[in-house]
Amino acid sequence: MAVTKGITWTIDDGGNMTQAEIFGEVLTKLGEKNKKIVALTADLAGTSKIGKFQKRFPERFFNFGIAENNMFAAASGLAAVGMLPVVSTFAVFASLRSAEFVRTDICYEKRNVKIIGTHSGTSFGQGGTTHHCTEDLGVMRTFPYMTVIAPADSYETAKAVVAAFETDLPVYIRIGRSFETPLHKNMDFDFEIGKAITLHEGTDVTVIVAGRTAQGALKAAEIAKRNGISLRVLDMHTIKPIDEAAIMQAVKDTRRIITVEDHNVIGGLGSAVAEVIARNGRTCAMRCLGLQDEFSIVGYPNELLHFYKLDVDGILEKVQELLKVEIG
Amino acid sequence: MVLEASERKRLQDMARRNRERIVEITEKCGGGHVGGALSQTDILVALYYKYMKIDPKNPNWPERDRFVLSKGHGGIGYAALLGDLGYFNREDLKDFNKMHSPFGMHLDCLKVRGVDASTGSLGHGLGIAVGMAIGARLQGMKWHTYCLVGDGECNEGSIWEAAMSASHYKLSNLITIVDRNGFMMDGPTEQVMALEPFADKWRAFGFKVLEINGHDFDQISDAIEQSLAEKETPVVIIAKTVKGKGVDFMENKASWHYAVLDSEMATKALESIRKG
Repeated sequence: MAVTKGITWTIDDGGNMTQAEIFGEVLTKLGEKNKKIVALTADLAGTSKIGKFQKRFPERFFNFGIAENNMFAAASGLAAVGMLPVVSTFAVFASLRSAEFVRTDICYEKRNVKIIGTHSGTSFGQGGTTHHCTEDLGVMRTFPYMTVIAPADSYETAKAVVAAFETDLPVYIRIGRSFETPLHKNMDFDFEIGKAITLHEGTDVTVIVAGRTAQGALKAAEIAKRNGISLRVLDMHTIKPIDEAAIMQAVKDTRRIITVEDHNVIGGLGSAVAEVIARNGRTCAMRCLGLQDEFSIVGYPNELLHFYKLDVDGILEKVQELLKVEIG
Repeated sequence: MVLEASERKRLQDMARRNRERIVEITEKCGGGHVGGALSQTDILVALYYKYMKIDPKNPNWPERDRFVLSKGHGGIGYAALLGDLGYFNREDLKDFNKMHSPFGMHLDCLKVRGVDASTGSLGHGLGIAVGMAIGARLQGMKWHTYCLVGDGECNEGSIWEAAMSASHYKLSNLITIVDRNGFMMDGPTEQVMALEPFADKWRAFGFKVLEINGHDFDQISDAIEQSLAEKETPVVIIAKTVKGKGVDFMENKASWHYAVLDSEMATKALESIRKG
C-alpha cells in the first residue's frame, strides 16, 4: 500500500479548522494521489465534510441517502473489488445502527474500509442523546481486525487519516462535531497508530485521555504543577491496539491512573486501560472519568464536558481524590 | 428462448448432481438448510455452468464475474457446486460443519476459494453486490455482479435500501435473482410477512422485472440473456421455485428449511432426485 508514501504537504491551518474539515481536506489530498479512493456518505456530505472530496472528485463520491446499512455493505463490496472506500457518517450510526454491517461485511471479510465517525461523544451537545454517541469505542474495539483511533485535535486528525491508509485493515476514526482548541502547534510531531503521545511529563498521577478530553487534562497538568503536583498526561489516541507499554510505565512511575473520555466508562478508554493493568498484575489506584453508565443530557458541548467532570475542574477534583488513596 | 436439447440435458445433469451432493453432505454433516439449497440449484447451475465468466483455477482473476449468495443459508449447495467446479478438492466437503473445517453452513470468503462475500446474515448481500457493481463501473470493467436473494430475506429493510441505490446509480451491470420459493422458517412468506405484490415492489424501486419458473433452464437462460442485454436499469429475475425441489417428500414444506437426515431418509431423498 503506497497511498500515503512520499506525502510532501502539511496542514498549515489545522489550528483554525474542525476535525471534520481537516478530514475532508486530507482525504481530498489523498484522493489526488490515489484514484482508488472513493468517498461514501449517507446524506451527511456537508456536515461530515466529506463533501470536500465530492467537489473535487464527483465521480468518486457516492451518497447513499439516509440508509447507512446499505452504505456499509456497499463499502465492503467496493473494497472487495479493489477500491479504497472511506465512509463518513455520525458515530452513532456507524457504530450502533450499522454495527452488524461493519462487523460482518467489513471486519469479518477483512475489507480495507476507513470509517470516520463524526459527532462522537457528546460533541453534538444540543442534538441530545439520539445524536450523541457514548458507546462507539466499546462497540468498535470488540470487532477483530478493527483499529480504533480518537484523535484529540485537528492536527492529530490529519495524521490519523494519513496513518489509516498505511494499513490494509479496517480503521475507525472517532472525531467530534465542532472546533477543538488545538493541542499541537503544527504538524511537527510523531503520530503512530498504537503509540501514545506524552503531552506532559509527571510522576504523581497519570491522566490518560483520548479525543476531546485531552485539552482539559493538559490544562489541569499546568495548574497542578503550580500547586506542586506532577501530572503525566498520556494522549491515548489509539484505543486499539492500545499502548500497553506506556500504560504500564505510567503504573510503575506514578501508581495512580485517571482515564478521561467523552464516552460511557463501560467499554471505552477506561475499560481498555483497566484490562491492560489487570492483565499485568501490578497494583495501582485507578479512576475512570466519563459517563457513568447513563444517557447524556442536552447542552452545549463544553458545558457537557464540565457537567460530566471531563474538563479541567473535574480532572483536578479527581486528582485530589486519588492522591488521598493509599496504595498497598 | 429454447435451448438445444443436449444443452438442456447437460444443465439438468449438473443440477441433479448438485442436489445429490446437498443430500449427501447434509447426511454427513449433521444437518443443513436443505430446502432452500434445493430450490436455488437450477439458478446456480445456469449461472456457473453456462453464463458466468470464471476460472476455478484462478479464483481471484480480477475480470471474473462476481457472485454474492445473499441467502447465505444456501451455502451447503453453493459449496457443493464450487467443489464440483474444481475451486477446491470436493473431498474436503466431508468435513463440512466440523471443527476447524473451512466449510460451515454459511460460507466464509476468506476460507473457501471461489466465494466472493461472507454471507449468512440476511439483508447484507445485495448491498455488497451494489458496491461491487459500482466498483466495476469505476474501473471500467465489463464483468457482471450476480446476486441471489432469498424471498423471505426481502423482509429486511436493507434489501430495499440496496434496491433503491442500485436503481439510483442505474446499475445495469448488477443482476439480482430472487429465489421465490414461498417459504421462510416459520411458514409461507405470505403468512409470516406478506411480500405480494412482489414484482410491483421491485418495479416501483426502478427495476426491470422478469418473472420466470426457476426450475426451467430455457426460462432461466432467457432471463439471464435479457438481463445481460439491459444497459439502462438494474434487472431482477423473480424465479418461482419449489422449496425442497427434487425430493418428493420435502417439496413445499417449511419444515424442511433446515433438516437432519439419517441414512434411511438420505437414501430415499437420493432415490427421489434420481427418479427426476
